[in-house]
Amino acid sequence: MIVARGLRKVYGDFVAVDGIDFEVRKGEAFGLLGPNGAGKSTTMKMIASVSKRTGGELTILGLDPNKRGPEIRAHLGVVPQQDNLDRELKVHENLFAYGRFFGLSRKFLKTKVEELLEFAQLTEKRNAKAEELSGGMKRRLTIARGLVNEPEILMLDEPTTGLDPQARHILWDRLFRLKEQGVTLVITTHYMDEAEQLCDRLIVMDKGKIMAEGSPADLIKRFASKEVLEVRFGSSKNIEIAEQIFHLGHRTEVLPDRILIYSENGEEDLQAILKLGLEPVTSLVRRSSLEDVFLRLTGRTLVE
Amino acid sequence: MSMIGLAADSAVAIAERRRNKPGRGVYSGRSRVALERNLMAFRSSNWIIVLSGFVEPLFYLMAFGFGIGQLIGGVTDGSGHPVSYAAFIAPALLATSAMNGAIYDSTWNVFFKMHFAKLYETMLATSLGPLDVAVGEISWALLRGLVYAIGFMAVMAPLGLIPSWWALLAIPGAVLIAFGFASFGMAITSYLKTFHQMNWINFFMLPMFLFSGTFYPLNIYPEWIQSVIQALPLWHAIQLERGFMLGNIDSSIGWHIAYFLVMIVAGLFFTTRRLTALFIK
Repeated sequence: MIVARGLRKVYGDFVAVDGIDFEVRKGEAFGLLGPNGAGKSTTMKMIASVSKRTGGELTILGLDPNKRGPEIRAHLGVVPQQDNLDRELKVHENLFAYGRFFGLSRKFLKTKVEELLEFAQLTEKRNAKAEELSGGMKRRLTIARGLVNEPEILMLDEPTTGLDPQARHILWDRLFRLKEQGVTLVITTHYMDEAEQLCDRLIVMDKGKIMAEGSPADLIKRFASKEVLEVRFGSSKNIEIAEQIFHLGHRTEVLPDRILIYSENGEEDLQAILKLGLEPVTSLVRRSSLEDVFLRLTGRTLVE
Repeated sequence: MSMIGLAADSAVAIAERRRNKPGRGVYSGRSRVALERNLMAFRSSNWIIVLSGFVEPLFYLMAFGFGIGQLIGGVTDGSGHPVSYAAFIAPALLATSAMNGAIYDSTWNVFFKMHFAKLYETMLATSLGPLDVAVGEISWALLRGLVYAIGFMAVMAPLGLIPSWWALLAIPGAVLIAFGFASFGMAITSYLKTFHQMNWINFFMLPMFLFSGTFYPLNIYPEWIQSVIQALPLWHAIQLERGFMLGNIDSSIGWHIAYFLVMIVAGLFFTTRRLTALFIK
């Protein structure tokens, strides 16, 4: 559905997207992961045909966005990072007006709007002003709005940022349903659990480049171990103790507050530590997650 | 329920119909939907604000036309006919009315929609083009100018300030004036980035209103000032409306109309260009 080859976007002398290749297939949920400033949103904008590429190739449903912008946009549903609902309009009017922007008939929209209100669980709020909704409701309405033209591809830029856990789970459920109906999802996120929950395949981006590509499980297998053992000895002792247990696991990482040991069997390694006569203040054995992959690939430095 | 359906007239089919038309990247032939959106928003908006723009020129007419007019008596119009002072300033206030209506919506409201409500960004994420947005928004501003002008005419008629049938031409005249100001106003606003810059519009509007031959004939000024004023849009608007209302139709009308046609085209061109640069980079 979407093919990018050597895709580049340059703003002045800042390279936002630096020659990336990827493909999104029909019906899959494709994720773009990366820290802030990795080039995720810029990539999304180029796919959404509201930003022209500087170089490389990009086709969406076989069309070139630089030439066929309006046609491509008719195929897409866009859910931007910041809710940009029409604050002057009521909930149902937001859906109706947006449908009209696509040129859809009033008759078609009359039933479509009701269908979408139900999907977004907002039927009871239909006459509320958009600005009166809670964060989760706003996001659901924005997603419903993105579906008004029955798009083949739904683009979601950080769909659950800023939502509470309940609201996130409701949203994931709604996105699953869309996927079941065959809508192709393109999602950017920096939440690893979200990527693991939703994405069939993903790319990890950093500084405009692709660092890794694959399914969540595949990436964990390639870039992290099966399990992670986290032990804390107190901030002052971590470095000193780390030297004694460096041989354990595949890889050890010393952080200011804790030591991470990447291994196949965390419990065994914990026993080994205890046998050395060391007594961690706390210890935790957990399954490795995409977060470990992500941090390994993009580093721990804070991106401002 | 299916989210990817294939409605008889799908968004894609609608967009594809324009595939081979010229300007398909900037115009989808659907500027009316922007107008519809504004109508929807307007239904729940504050009527007092809308009304205030209408009564303002009316107050000027009362205070100057009938108040100060008592002291002045009459003046002579462009063709040397004597007219009452109220009849002299009424067309100028009508032109101002059309201008104000158009300017309110095309400056501050456009600024808000662009920078805070992100409305244009949202619209341009659909299959609409920047020219649809520009024409739709300008038409809305124009409509407000037209409504003000008609309202003003309705008040003037019983006051005996509409001497001939020619005066009815002042209504299409007001449409032209409102269209010109709306188009130009939106173009300028689309380039401005801060509230501070927006205040410059107001700073420019007031003296233009006071000195464009609104309250007295231009010939009291030295020649160079006259030339400056004759370059300003409101002077052309006032001359046009005064010509229609007082029935002095001559070739100069053509120049005033041409002035506004240029304003409309230039405004649309720059607005479209700017919206494209901002939102379809």
